[in-house]
Amino acid sequence: MVDLTETFDVLVAGGGNAALCAAITARRAGATVLLAEHAPKAMRGGNSRHTRNVRALHHGPTGVLTDSYLEEEYWDDLKRVTAGKTNEALARMCIRASEHAPGFLESCGVVFQPSLSGTLSLSRTNAFFLGGGKALVNALYRTAEALGIVILYDTEVQHIEMKDGFATEAVVSHRGFPAKIRFKAFVASAGGFQANREWLRKYWGDAADNFQIRGTPYAQGRILKDLLGQGVQEVGDPTQFHAVANDARAPMEDGGLAMRLDCVPFSVVVNRDVERFYDEGEDVWPKRYAIWGRLIAQQPGQVAFAINDSQAQLDYLPPVFAPYRADSIAELAAQIGLDAVKLEKVVADYNAAVQPGTFSAQTLDDCRTEGLAPPKSHWARRIDTPPYYCHPLRPGITFTFLSVKVNERARVMMADGSPSANMFASGEIMSGNILGQGYLAGFGMAIGTVFGRIAGEEAAKLVRN
Amino acid sequence: MATESETVAEARRQMEICNACRYCEGYCAVFPAMTMRRAFTEGDLTHLANLCHGCKGCYHACQYAPPHPFGINIPVTFAELRNETYAQHAWPAPMGALFARNGTVVSLLAALGVALVLVLTVALQDPAVLWSAQRGAGAFFRVIPHWLMISLGVLTFGYALFAMAMGARSYWRATGSPAGAFAPAPTAEAAVDIVTMRNLGGGGHGCNDLDEGFSMRRRWLHQALFGGFMLCFAATCTGTIYHYVFGWKSPHAFFSLPVQFGTWGGVLMMIGAAGLAHVKIITDPVPVARKLAGGEFAMLALLFLIAATGLLLLAVRHTGAMGVMLAIHLGLVFAFFVVMPYSKMVHGVYRGLALLRNAKEKRGAAPAASAA
Ligand SMILES: Cc1cc2nc3c(=O)[nH]c(=O)nc-3n(C[C@H](O)[C@H](O)[C@H](O)COP(=O)(O)OP(=O)(O)OC[C@H]3O[C@@H](n4cnc5c(N)ncnc54)[C@H](O)[C@@H]3O)c2cc1C
Ligand code: SF4
Ligand code: SF4
Repeated sequence: MVDLTETFDVLVAGGGNAALCAAITARRAGATVLLAEHAPKAMRGGNSRHTRNVRALHHGPTGVLTDSYLEEEYWDDLKRVTAGKTNEALARMCIRASEHAPGFLESCGVVFQPSLSGTLSLSRTNAFFLGGGKALVNALYRTAEALGIVILYDTEVQHIEMKDGFATEAVVSHRGFPAKIRFKAFVASAGGFQANREWLRKYWGDAADNFQIRGTPYAQGRILKDLLGQGVQEVGDPTQFHAVANDARAPMEDGGLAMRLDCVPFSVVVNRDVERFYDEGEDVWPKRYAIWGRLIAQQPGQVAFAINDSQAQLDYLPPVFAPYRADSIAELAAQIGLDAVKLEKVVADYNAAVQPGTFSAQTLDDCRTEGLAPPKSHWARRIDTPPYYCHPLRPGITFTFLSVKVNERARVMMADGSPSANMFASGEIMSGNILGQGYLAGFGMAIGTVFGRIAGEEAAKLVRN
Repeated sequence: MATESETVAEARRQMEICNACRYCEGYCAVFPAMTMRRAFTEGDLTHLANLCHGCKGCYHACQYAPPHPFGINIPVTFAELRNETYAQHAWPAPMGALFARNGTVVSLLAALGVALVLVLTVALQDPAVLWSAQRGAGAFFRVIPHWLMISLGVLTFGYALFAMAMGARSYWRATGSPAGAFAPAPTAEAAVDIVTMRNLGGGGHGCNDLDEGFSMRRRWLHQALFGGFMLCFAATCTGTIYHYVFGWKSPHAFFSLPVQFGTWGGVLMMIGAAGLAHVKIITDPVPVARKLAGGEFAMLALLFLIAATGLLLLAVRHTGAMGVMLAIHLGLVFAFFVVMPYSKMVHGVYRGLALLRNAKEKRGAAPAASAA
């Protein structure tokens, strides 16, 4: 039984990658550490459990990364996806430090794999975890246990007592029982608030009920709210989130990566009113998949339907849920409850607008429409070879952007501009400092690992002095 | 085609999720083989199940493992599907039923084997022979006549080989295996995979033998059991050569080849069998197919006993206990041969074929004619 009357050097709130990196680093530096994870053991690890890679700067080929990926290119990639909504100093620091992220994770027992099928385009920039995020989380927990970090599952940190930016103790619910944990330094690594529907409803109204939460249901944002309510400086647009196109039949929570659909560029996509609403072939899918979640979230009923035919079936990764299938467009419309006449017209208009070209699934080809609004700029092929297929789509939310502000030593900043005396943050709960909008594959784990290490180091240093 | 079993349907459901996820692609041959497919026929699933070495890596790494509602548990599903394969392709067909209560079957046959040899010995020889010390060349054969030993051995082992070959043939056809798989390159690759058990290496750092930590324990124990078994086989072969080619009659000296092979083989087998049973007892039970445990424990026990009685026979071969020990040892060995085609032992056959097919597939779906 853990003695909760003891004062721990460091309390880490959270149980994902950012929390574990902080806890391990602080413990290695000699601090006594308690890690409080809201989820039970079987569901530990937050969104980190669902990840598969980390984006890392490197000067030349490493065991798991090909070629090189240098600061300027990394920074350019980030600048592009965030459209400049970032903090350059913090971002560059994070980018430089990401070079050491894979090595640190390896020192914690994480195994990387040479990348294989379907991911080749990323093997230059991203290092893949063998077995994915759950294997990573398992390795980090084993390391944490071996180091003597006290780990409490089923323990929600509900409130941080603080005075003038100095935190003293945490009010927690430990297996359903109220308790207090005293500490000298606090690290907040409890993720975003994307699983908190009440909170999302504030900005999105009833639409929030139709959002699928891709990752952990424990991302309730309780600490985020608690800190922001006590004079901590906020950063990031509270209304915004990262979202992808998920299968509409996926579970409402925790469906993970396999629920995403890659069929959009090879389909026409209509909403509930049987209207197309965006260029499906605007750019290669890796560059566009992150906008489709939000596009669908803005449609009536937060639902959309990707329609294609038998020619397209092998152009995208196989889906978990079999598509609806019919021998005519009208029959397909009946199956999915859309107006058949309208859908036939949408497909006919589209087919009529398709220009001749040479189809190439992996590159920006010259197959496009002419005189169609919105256009389909690439991969536009007539939908005329039955059977016809439909994948129903819903938005799958990955994370929210609202964050606590931190400085480059991961220290939480107060609204008055002063740094907190003993509070630090790492991971999604502070990623809005760098990601004002958009997302770069593998950057979430880079932020968590880099700031987790800094937070752990700084917390331990503070306690030693 | 016969209607599919629930296990097949469940394996398909899980593979369809894996094929959209692919996080486990670095663990073993199963996942790259999976990504070569988009739809999974029963033959495909059978092939993938037999390709799986049950290392449990993909279970511990799975974000969809229970208690997640998707309930992905590849090692259990594939183990159960393998057992169905074994039953389905057993020769003669009705014997497939023996896979249902395999623990009981293996134990009963072992007991019967011992009893039979004891009864035969007593019936054919002077019962006193069984109890008196026998020394010098041909001592064993004064207990059990040479012709009887050889005929029982050849009969039972021959039967095992024949039955397993028939099973292999049926399996190869049913999984729709590619032509040209027996070309030298894929065959060599499959052989290396079998001997090194590369796929029990979890992509290089070990398996989840007990829990989410990695180890090479099961791999080395399996190597010990397999190696020990082959050494014992070598002991029998050299013994036979001694007998027929050189006319040297057993028992042989301790430092002779057959006795050396047999001794070390026996020791390795005991370590391997006991170690694997131990791992089975202490491992995290969720990714283990419980309904197969009986047969697997019984088979490990039988292998352990064969090795143990073999070594005991060596120890007591100059005393009055030799006769009984020899009868028990031989009874167990013959029983092992008979039960082999209806036990976990066939996993070697089907795993080997799956690896061969995989080695062939990896070389691209080349036109059958040019590949052969
Ligand atoms: C499906 C999916 C795939 C992804 N793939 C990638 C990828 O490949 N690469 C990448 O870089 N990023 C990826 N991401 C993003 C990535 O998951 C995050 O950026 C990263 O995991 C953030 O780590 P974290 O530790 O900050 O948060 P999380 O891993 O979400 O951890 C938050 C933790 O805090 C706990 N918690 C919450 N509230 C409390 C509380 N009040 N008290 C105690 N504990 C609490 C939660 O239980 C959880 O354990 C993916 C996300 C999803 C959903
Ligand atoms: S076992 Fe789980 S993690 Fe691995 S590929 Fe299958 S679904 Fe993905
Ligand atoms: S060999 Fe291991 S990783 Fe591969 S399928 Fe079987 S249990 Fe999973």
